Amino acid sequence: MTRLRIPVVPGAVLLLAVACGFALFGSAARAQQEQAQQEQAQSTRNFHNALAKAPEKARAMHSQVETEPDAAAAGGKLFDLHCAECHGKKAGGTRRGPSLLSLEMQQAPPGAIFWVLTNGVVRHGMPVWSKLPEPQRWQLVAFLQSLRSPGRQPPPGSAGQQ
Amino acid sequence: MNEARNAVRPAVASRLHLRFAALLLAALAPLLAPSPAHAQESPYIVTYDHYLEEPGSLEVEYYSTLGTQRGGKAFHSFWAEFEYGVKAWWTTEFYLDGQTTFNQSTVFTGFRWENRLRPLAREHLVNPILYIEYEHTKASDKILKEVEGHDVEADYAVPNSVSNRDQDHELEFKLLLSSQVKGWNIALNPLFVKNLSPSEPWEFGYALGLSRPLGLKASPQRCNFCPENFIAGVEMYGGLGDSRSPGLNQTSHYLAPVLAWNLPSGWTLRLSPGFGLNDTSHQFLLRWGVSREFAGFGAAVRRLFGASR
Repeated sequence: MTRLRIPVVPGAVLLLAVACGFALFGSAARAQQEQAQQEQAQSTRNFHNALAKAPEKARAMHSQVETEPDAAAAGGKLFDLHCAECHGKKAGGTRRGPSLLSLEMQQAPPGAIFWVLTNGVVRHGMPVWSKLPEPQRWQLVAFLQSLRSPGRQPPPGSAGQQ
Repeated sequence: MNEARNAVRPAVASRLHLRFAALLLAALAPLLAPSPAHAQESPYIVTYDHYLEEPGSLEVEYYSTLGTQRGGKAFHSFWAEFEYGVKAWWTTEFYLDGQTTFNQSTVFTGFRWENRLRPLAREHLVNPILYIEYEHTKASDKILKEVEGHDVEADYAVPNSVSNRDQDHELEFKLLLSSQVKGWNIALNPLFVKNLSPSEPWEFGYALGLSRPLGLKASPQRCNFCPENFIAGVEMYGGLGDSRSPGLNQTSHYLAPVLAWNLPSGWTLRLSPGFGLNDTSHQFLLRWGVSREFAGFGAAVRRLFGASR
């Protein structure tokens, strides 16, 4: 009768190697996730600092498109084109840009948001957006404000609806 | 027999540089397929405003210039640009240049490496950008991306077989000054060039630009033909002599209307007919360009090497 011989030592080595591989992969993935979270937290802090630094004169500015019903919809289009890549399609943030749904953002006056859009947070990765004409920057502000106002409907398919 | 060969040569050359363009445009895009982005691209071809590439974005551009040439053959020069936003305050760009001189030949004329640095963190009435470029080009280079020193039309009449033997190494410095006022962009770029050969003097030049989008407000719909997608303007550029003989004597100058069409799909088209302003300038330069921006290119490269999003 032929006895089935199980190669115990090579099998154990193989199992150990696979287990080590999984453990290493898991810890690397966790480390990357933690790093991503740290980066996002840092970019959120930088963004909030920039909002807080907006001068009084800028905070007091009034929107040029306040009375225009299409302003938030147009701003939603601009957000998808220029901002969603870093801030996320739902404006909830990515590794490269902070969430725009935070409490600080919701409480910021429109003039402060406009000021940050114009000046960027250049040392921390956000470019200046003064290349968009002023009315377009105000349209973006209108869209960002629409994300926090329950009474205002964000444009179809834009961040606010998702 | 030779006549027939000469007649065929421009067609072959034309096919070659079309292939060159297609290859360069296609080279990096499908490699990683990051998402195309819509940027509000400036219409200028020679002048720079103070806006840098968004960090992590790659813009691949192709440009052509068709130029008339008195005392020589007309030419078609072309170049590709790979522009990458390293940081929000630093953009780096790599160029590959070539040209076809009709009834002569098509030649690769060299490469350039350019860096633009933003020293100020915030927007001001006038925004400075520091520009430094290394050029490794042959004397046959005809892209006319900048006009400097005593560059004149006659310099470009030299046949490729002769001019292609001379290799230039130059450092180019610009101070890019640009301002945004009520939708208008006003830009001024003084230019200082040093050929790295010790015997060569410093050369000077300038570029000026003025542009404005046709619509300042965005329409709520995604559209190709909305006025805000078009930016029109004009640019003027020329040489200002060199450190041995500064001034306008024996210099060339151009005035060129410019138009850019920024499509929501991420493509930008540019068109600019340029007109020589004096007898030492090319009479006419027709320039056009096509570019596409890929947002998140840097992140896509990092993912290739195992980083998480």
